[in-house]
Amino acid sequence: MTTTDLGMPASGLAHVPHQPDGEAAQTKRDFTSDQEVRWCPGCGDYVILAAVQSFLPELGLRRENIVFVSGIGCSSRFPYYLDTYGMHSIHGRAPAIATGLATSRPDLSVWVVTGDGDALSIGGNHLIHALRRNVNLTILLFNNQIYGLTKGQYSPTSRPGTVTKSSPLGSVDRPFNPVSLALGAEATFVARAMESDRAELRTILKAAAEHRGTALVEIYQNCPIFNDGAFEVLKDRTQQAARIVRLRSGEPVTVGADDERKVLVRVAGGTQEFVPEAEVGAREVVVHDAAADDPSAAFALSRLDSVEMTHVPMGIFRQVTRPTYDDLVRAQVDAAVDAAGGPAGDDDLEALLRGRDTWTVG
Amino acid sequence: MTSKTVQTLDRVVIRFAGDSGDGMQLTGDRFTSETAALGNDLSTLPNFPAEIRAPQGTLPGVSSFQLHFADHDVLTPGDAPDVLVAMNPAALKANLADLPRGATLILDTDEFTKRNLGKVGYTSNPVDDGSLDSWHVHPLALTSITVEALAAFEGLSRKEKERAKNMFALGLLSWMYTRPTAGTEAFLEKKFGARPEILAANLAALRAGWNYGETTEDFASSYVVQPAPMPPGTYRNITGNTALALGLVAAAHRAGRPLLLGSYPITPASDILHALSGMKRHGVTTVQAEDEIAGIGIALGAAYGGAVGVTTTSGPGIALKSETIGLAVSLELPLVVVDIQRGGPSTGLPTKTEQADLLQVMFGRNGESPVPVIAARTPADCFDAAMDAVRIATTYRTPVVLLSDGYLANGSEPWSVPSVAELPGAPVDLATEPNATDDAGEPVFRPYLRDPETLARPWAVPGTPGLEHRIGGIEKADVTGDISYDPDNHDKMVRLRQAKVDGVTVPDLEVDDPTGDARVLVIGWGSTYGPVAAATRVVRNSGRPVARAHLRHLNPFPANLGEVLRRYDRVVLPEMNTGQLALLLRAKYLVDIRSHTAVRGLPFTTVELADVISQTLEEVR
Repeated sequence: MTTTDLGMPASGLAHVPHQPDGEAAQTKRDFTSDQEVRWCPGCGDYVILAAVQSFLPELGLRRENIVFVSGIGCSSRFPYYLDTYGMHSIHGRAPAIATGLATSRPDLSVWVVTGDGDALSIGGNHLIHALRRNVNLTILLFNNQIYGLTKGQYSPTSRPGTVTKSSPLGSVDRPFNPVSLALGAEATFVARAMESDRAELRTILKAAAEHRGTALVEIYQNCPIFNDGAFEVLKDRTQQAARIVRLRSGEPVTVGADDERKVLVRVAGGTQEFVPEAEVGAREVVVHDAAADDPSAAFALSRLDSVEMTHVPMGIFRQVTRPTYDDLVRAQVDAAVDAAGGPAGDDDLEALLRGRDTWTVG
Repeated sequence: MTSKTVQTLDRVVIRFAGDSGDGMQLTGDRFTSETAALGNDLSTLPNFPAEIRAPQGTLPGVSSFQLHFADHDVLTPGDAPDVLVAMNPAALKANLADLPRGATLILDTDEFTKRNLGKVGYTSNPVDDGSLDSWHVHPLALTSITVEALAAFEGLSRKEKERAKNMFALGLLSWMYTRPTAGTEAFLEKKFGARPEILAANLAALRAGWNYGETTEDFASSYVVQPAPMPPGTYRNITGNTALALGLVAAAHRAGRPLLLGSYPITPASDILHALSGMKRHGVTTVQAEDEIAGIGIALGAAYGGAVGVTTTSGPGIALKSETIGLAVSLELPLVVVDIQRGGPSTGLPTKTEQADLLQVMFGRNGESPVPVIAARTPADCFDAAMDAVRIATTYRTPVVLLSDGYLANGSEPWSVPSVAELPGAPVDLATEPNATDDAGEPVFRPYLRDPETLARPWAVPGTPGLEHRIGGIEKADVTGDISYDPDNHDKMVRLRQAKVDGVTVPDLEVDDPTGDARVLVIGWGSTYGPVAAATRVVRNSGRPVARAHLRHLNPFPANLGEVLRRYDRVVLPEMNTGQLALLLRAKYLVDIRSHTAVRGLPFTTVELADVISQTLEEVR
């Protein structure tokens, strides 16, 4: 099956009404609700909220056609602060609710805001199935590697040995890598960004919103109360360059600046490693291809990551086109309605009620 | 041709029983369809194991289908069969206890082999050891006669020929009870159209069965059951699950909203998912979810977007959906939750019926979380109940639980097909503009400003300009819907949600008391309707007055319920649980209830309930 034979649109916003020409350009203010923001001082969520509020005007959509659906957790308070439609639902279930909404309403830009506990623990099942189905949704997964709202228990992304109230001797769970998980579910759009890197975040948010299908964006977010400094090594300007692998589709995968630049090459046995640029020689350089049909290469990139954060890829891992679940579902209904000559009237309903096997009395 | 007598009967109960691979459900369905076409009133009871193919020839593998048809109105599938068709020793053993002495038994003697008898613990062959002398037995070598009748079909294996034995049995029974077979022939042509030889063999087996009855000495007489007088109209035979699916589609059609079902497969509710999946032409969207929780989440998401959102399940699924039902209570969005009850707790008896989810759907959520609850009473009534559920959900912006059960879901009866113009329901309006003004006199939208009459909040769906708002499971401030932790506001909101559900319009309970001097009332709910009505008829026929009433609305109750209960010296309440509605009635109305309960996975029999009523009548004499 291809996208063309079904006439499926390519953009995630194809059916969403845009602002008419001549209407005043929107600003961040238009997307800011009258609710008092109640995150802890210094929370990374403020940064992400500001980035999203100032980015949304760029889409040029009518505000009423944007919906944010969230689950439970600090991040899930997000919808209250945006002056769009929004639903703060229950723990882990936002992808399911958003699936129902997106399937029945192609004219909406549907966003899910979730956290590491919400998406990967209690809601893990809904997340993988949304990704598998490729529903037209944009999922923002705020990963702070901790349960914040319940006051600081380890989460499914906490590094092993994390000492919390519920793990006084250190956690023994092996964490999920959200990007690897999403790629394993064959998600069609997977990206990672830092909350503090606003320019990169905007670029990724735009690509995610315009992607037709489920876009998963993992955003590293600092919790100053219960897990402060979790991503400090990636924010620290002296270490940043050596650790962050900026993925650019079509370009070699590299890390480090200037003289310390390293290039990712393939080694025997199918694995890959970073070697100093000068030592690359005849070895095969890994060139990132986000559009590759097979998710294996993107998955391999996601495995460069480790709990030590020695090398952390950032950017778009995968961005491929595949028919979306909601488009396919609607296409079946539309085809059935068209084949029958249009929407069902009273006569059609009456025929349905009668069925094939009737008898008459009197 | 032997000349045979034809006798007229007023009613017959037939039970087809065999291995789960023998096609007994199909045989029963076809016989039912023939009977419906003839104009008899009827009621059916399929009974099958949860296992798709339990070990062949064993007791757990027995599947049966019972049909009660008559020349008058039929209320139940019948307490005991007049005729049992047993395709093997297991089917005989599993069903013989239900067969009154003197009833007719048709046995496939080919299957009564030493090995098959041994599988179910028969040490001697009941066909010839005299143990069946109290019944009227027709021992037939059904399998080998069928194979012989199909001798000409050289392209078919013996096994394929044997498989047609259910059609032989159907042909024989069709002759016995003078049923037209044209419908079955058309059905087979559709089913096997792509495989002409199989089709021809099945048709041949059907005819051979008919001819066998007509020609052999074994069957001295055939029977006629005249059509039942029914109100004029167009009728079809319908199961509860099909009627329920149609009711949902009809209600959405009348409401002018699209229908979206989010559902996870579960017995005995899956047939609703199947039926609605085939109704895309009517704009119906079905999403088979990854789990029960997603099923209701998807339905709720669609409801938020303006659709009639429905989820269908059984008891275990309700347990999983509870948190989302609570969210829908808080969001005050329309949602229909259908519970086709089955035996519990836990996995329980997946294919058997029970009414033990009442308290779960009433109270099985955290916090004060009231939801309207309604229950269907007969297979055809599932249509009206589904329409009512959609009416309440969309009018009051609330989740509604619709209770059916395994007996209604799979059982069938004739249904007088309504004309669409006469159906209840009207277009449901969405909010389109601000409903209040702020302090500065500017128009604003208040998502929790209620309709003074229904207490419903506006249904304002995304995409509507100017009504952007946020809703959630956290307690909301009255009117504005903003987050609020204020103690008095919470108290007010809890009571408002309760008042809204309490205020759902529900018709008064009608009491059936023909003589007007009854001192005992039998009250029922859900699928006990048929057995209760049949039992009261038996008691009244013996000249003793008894009143009867049946509840559709379990939350809120009809306004006159307390008065009705207090009107009688004794109230008898049969239910297929250990007294759940009795508990609610005693608590709410402080009246004593004689609770009669059974949880056997089967509907009550008429005789059992007639006895209970008779005993109660004795007590008040």
